[in-house]
Amino acid sequence: MFPGIPMLNYDVVVIGGGPAGMAAAARAKELGLNVLLLDENDYLGGILPQCIHPGFGLHYFREELTGPEFAARLAKRLVELGVEYRTAARVMEIRNYSDLEKVVIFTSPSGAYQAWAKAVIYAAGARERHAFEIGIVGDRVAGVYTAGEAQTLMDIYGVLPGKEIVIVGSGDVGLIMARRFALEGAKVKAVIELMPYPGGLARNVMILRDFDIPLYLSHKVVEVRGKGRVERVKVVKVDENLNEIPGSEFWIEADALIISAGLVPSVKKLTAIGVEIDPSTGGPVVNDRLETSVPGVFAAGNALLINDLVDYVAEQGELAAEGAKEFIENGGIESRKWIRVEKGENVRLLAPHRLSGERDVYLYLRVARPMEDVELRIPEVGKRVKLSLATPAEMLRVKLKAEEIRDAEKLTVEVVRE
Amino acid sequence: MTKTYRFTCIVCPLGCSIEVEVEHGKVKDVKGCKCPRGKEWASQEATSPRRVVMSVVHVEGGALPTVSVKTAEPVPKELIPELMKFLAGLKLKAPVEIGEVVAEWNGIKIVATRGA
Repeated sequence: MFPGIPMLNYDVVVIGGGPAGMAAAARAKELGLNVLLLDENDYLGGILPQCIHPGFGLHYFREELTGPEFAARLAKRLVELGVEYRTAARVMEIRNYSDLEKVVIFTSPSGAYQAWAKAVIYAAGARERHAFEIGIVGDRVAGVYTAGEAQTLMDIYGVLPGKEIVIVGSGDVGLIMARRFALEGAKVKAVIELMPYPGGLARNVMILRDFDIPLYLSHKVVEVRGKGRVERVKVVKVDENLNEIPGSEFWIEADALIISAGLVPSVKKLTAIGVEIDPSTGGPVVNDRLETSVPGVFAAGNALLINDLVDYVAEQGELAAEGAKEFIENGGIESRKWIRVEKGENVRLLAPHRLSGERDVYLYLRVARPMEDVELRIPEVGKRVKLSLATPAEMLRVKLKAEEIRDAEKLTVEVVRE
Repeated sequence: MTKTYRFTCIVCPLGCSIEVEVEHGKVKDVKGCKCPRGKEWASQEATSPRRVVMSVVHVEGGALPTVSVKTAEPVPKELIPELMKFLAGLKLKAPVEIGEVVAEWNGIKIVATRGA
């Protein structure tokens, strides 16, 4: 189809060599599929090799691991299974010719290739929101990094990104980076959080106490100033509607500003082939096999929705691989009907969006605001799950059994007071 | 003299609010935690807090310029700055295997968590 470009043939091509992609490729191989894994980085693992803190793998490996250790386990499994993979491989385009004819065009140090496959698993992860996106103005100076960039500098290349640091965002990533900077000898002058509550888990907020790092809730960074390098940042207090309170501005001297303002699923190559996107997750609309609206194209991990546990990411990868297997064998994912899943009270986002009712499924969701002693309810089928705490920081994962939901037309998920 | 410490538990994502009463350096009472692991952690946190420490160490001749490391056991909190200085001065040579003990400090093993 593309003359002059070497042609490769597979059952499934997995895009992205992070935890979702590695788990997907390993599972696909175990299921007897001929699989190729592609990653644009020089090494497998996605962001895990730079996440040197512990807390990974408690569900998936039943053991507490650091990010690099988690990645190494999955990579070892790939090698043992003999999965074909290529690093430094950049996907240029996916084309969808028909249900069982897709092509992934990629470049690599040895040239360009067209990889034909019956199914594609898209596990390309997410990108970080940057300074411009959250309305920070001022000088265009060195020393402004996203948390992930700073983490790469420090934990891959061994370079401290600044000596006096201000962090924007108190999600788990921001808090964990605050600890890393402080531990490596930088002064973390403040963590600035827009919302009236911390974005991360309570256990990570505790990190700040270890190093006496001040957390400013209901504040935002609005301006950065400096000659060549960050010298100071302007902070302002916000009211309950997140409007700036005039006269509340103050400056903090710093030589680095770290933006940890959340992640956005990378979906460009999916939207290019017409995949339907859910505006609330930022990722694709999927069914209970994690198949997108384009038949035979599956999504998993942070490209599907932003996860906080790598264990769930790997689980999604495996699920997508099982979906690919079923798709290839049956020429499609079968369902008598698709049950729509809809967001109810206090549910900000959820996936999957369509359920077959023919198999058990995990529903992943996040609430809109923190609440204690709540119940997750699905009124259509009388499902109730008690939760002692639900916060936007923590993704909820709920198992629905096929027989519970089989007869429903649609399911409305709500998280409300008992 | 009785002293009361208040912690948010870091053992699991539940994040219980725990109160520990300490008298003459001994734990008298622990309130608010939902499991024994939390009770144990909070008691230790009030009397002699410890942390497993993670960092990166420079390595020559590897695919990446650093390897990530962790202490094989939790380190008393007040000794962490000293440990960090020790780690900053370390220089390793590739190859380093994941899981390899790359150094020892005050009897505590430093373990590589990434290969190089």
